[in-house]
Amino acid sequence: MVATVTPLRAPDAPLEGEKVLALYKHMVLARTLDERLAQLQKDGKLGSHLSAAFEEAAILGAVAALREQDWVFHYGREAAGALYRGMPLAAYLSHVFGKVGDGGKGRQMPGTFASRAARFASASAPIGTQITHAVGFAWAAKLKKDDVVALACFGEGATSSGDFHTGLNFAGVFKAPVVFLCRNNGWAISVPAERQTAASSFWLKGIAYGIPGVAVDGNDLFAVHKAVASAIQRATHGEGATLIEATTSRKDDPLHRVRQHLEARRLWTEKDESEHAGRVRAEIDVALALAQSEPAPPRESMFDDVYRSAPWHLHEEREELEKCRK
Amino acid sequence: MPEMNMVGAINDGLRHEMRRDPRVIVMGEDVGKVGGVFRVTQGLFDEFGEDRVIDTPLSEGGIIGTAIGMALYGMVPVPEIQFADFIYPAFDQIVSELAKMRYRSGGEYASKIVIRAPVGGGIRGGHYHSQSPEALFIHTAGLKVVCPSNPYDAKGLLLASIRDPDPVLFFEPKRVYRAAKGEVPEGDYTVELGKAAIARPGKHVTVIAWGAMLYEALAAAEEAAKQGVECEVLDLRTLWPVDIDAIVASVKKTGRVVVVHEAPKTCGFGAELVALVNEKAFVHLEAPPVRVAGFDTPFPYSLEMEYLPLAHRILPAVLDTARF
Repeated sequence: MVATVTPLRAPDAPLEGEKVLALYKHMVLARTLDERLAQLQKDGKLGSHLSAAFEEAAILGAVAALREQDWVFHYGREAAGALYRGMPLAAYLSHVFGKVGDGGKGRQMPGTFASRAARFASASAPIGTQITHAVGFAWAAKLKKDDVVALACFGEGATSSGDFHTGLNFAGVFKAPVVFLCRNNGWAISVPAERQTAASSFWLKGIAYGIPGVAVDGNDLFAVHKAVASAIQRATHGEGATLIEATTSRKDDPLHRVRQHLEARRLWTEKDESEHAGRVRAEIDVALALAQSEPAPPRESMFDDVYRSAPWHLHEEREELEKCRK
Repeated sequence: MPEMNMVGAINDGLRHEMRRDPRVIVMGEDVGKVGGVFRVTQGLFDEFGEDRVIDTPLSEGGIIGTAIGMALYGMVPVPEIQFADFIYPAFDQIVSELAKMRYRSGGEYASKIVIRAPVGGGIRGGHYHSQSPEALFIHTAGLKVVCPSNPYDAKGLLLASIRDPDPVLFFEPKRVYRAAKGEVPEGDYTVELGKAAIARPGKHVTVIAWGAMLYEALAAAEEAAKQGVECEVLDLRTLWPVDIDAIVASVKKTGRVVVVHEAPKTCGFGAELVALVNEKAFVHLEAPPVRVAGFDTPFPYSLEMEYLPLAHRILPAVLDTARF
């Protein structure tokens, strides 16, 4: 179901066949990984875990609609999208455990990774800050006449942030080719959506910025894919940004829906399901064991990358640390 | 060499760098058609057009947030914050995002921007057109902070800042925007970041200053000289990373140090400078290091000339230090 305030073009390539199959496999991987990491966190073996369970369709449907050259500005719950775009599971888990194999050198909490290979920008914890980055990035691409779209991901809580307002405002004024994907799961930690806005929905906030708003069933892989693909088409045709509200729910498993779709088309069987589940478990087991056994980053690496080259005071502080061998 | 004021020198620097490097863009409130409220960007809109000299919505957080995104795409934005007093809506973007981009991505990404902002008082600007927030950014790992005092340094430091790989806060002392004049070379030159200048050599007391207060320090030094006290006045030029070698060399010579800044004294950059002098030159000290700074009050409107650490407040501190 896609409700729009302005007519959207149908996307060029509808979601079907092998791509659905690949996405379903990634949805299963994402859910399994989510459950494993949540358990490890409960067991005290992982500092923190940002769950995205039941948001797999909203994340993967959106990321699958991107073209290779498009970028994702995430906020820490979109690892499924990066894995789909080719970030190795080993690299992601090295990040999760803050080990030496982490591209971010163990400096950020689990989830807030960066991956140039997957065209994922660097995430942080302050809410909404990535929204203006996505706008500036897409705007720069437009100024350079490059055909690149940025996907800004955030939850419904982020619509209360200043950066949501400024991001959508700048995107509207400069017609930046950006897709705003608001995943509304009804809760920002403990606070319900009705404490984020008195408006009847989040998608309609686009109207105030001169940006079309779209409401979509976030548990429906196909609906999310279609909405994002349409928004990308608008962006590449110089029509600017789109705000999509993808409402997700735990009452209706998005994985189950795609499985039914595949089984009805004889693309998936009970046997495929159990074999894939086993493969995913084994793959995760191996990667988890490897990541957990990796060494931590060397302590002197703490002083790298503050600046491109360390000024005098960081050299002194590194020497101070080196003198204090544990 | 043509004579220019600070406004002209910074304008010349921006134009030069925009001609040289197509990645450089200017953005901010009123920077386009009108050329900025201080006219620092005058003429750039006509030469480079609306895609490179961008009048933005009135939102500092939006200016810096989108500039970070542009930099991630490979541009080199030089956003202007109309007054440093209005930088706080962008504080989260500067401190949480800009300063940490290289570090948190393990060097995979960097967000290279130069934020220009007029600082300082003495222009009848009241609370919100007079402040000097440099210490907040010096305290944030990952940022460089520059504050020129004269036209030659302003252009040279601006070109060095734009070409530096790290984000730079480029604070322009608005009180001397037009009052400070000097010869400025045409074309290309840089003033290296992280290098202080000896504005006046001396042997009795080291006076550390920057921006508009440099001229107050020099005026105080002139008066002190009449009483037989020769000040060595250091113009820091780059506040962070600070030129520690120049400071230590001077203090080793004089054994006495007075730090001058407009920002409130408590936890101001002067506190860090005094701590560094104590750590690195303690045995050379003949007197306690002293700060002459803005008071720990909000910046007052009518009484700004009493608030600022002008020459009449610096001179007694210099003489007391010399005679300690």
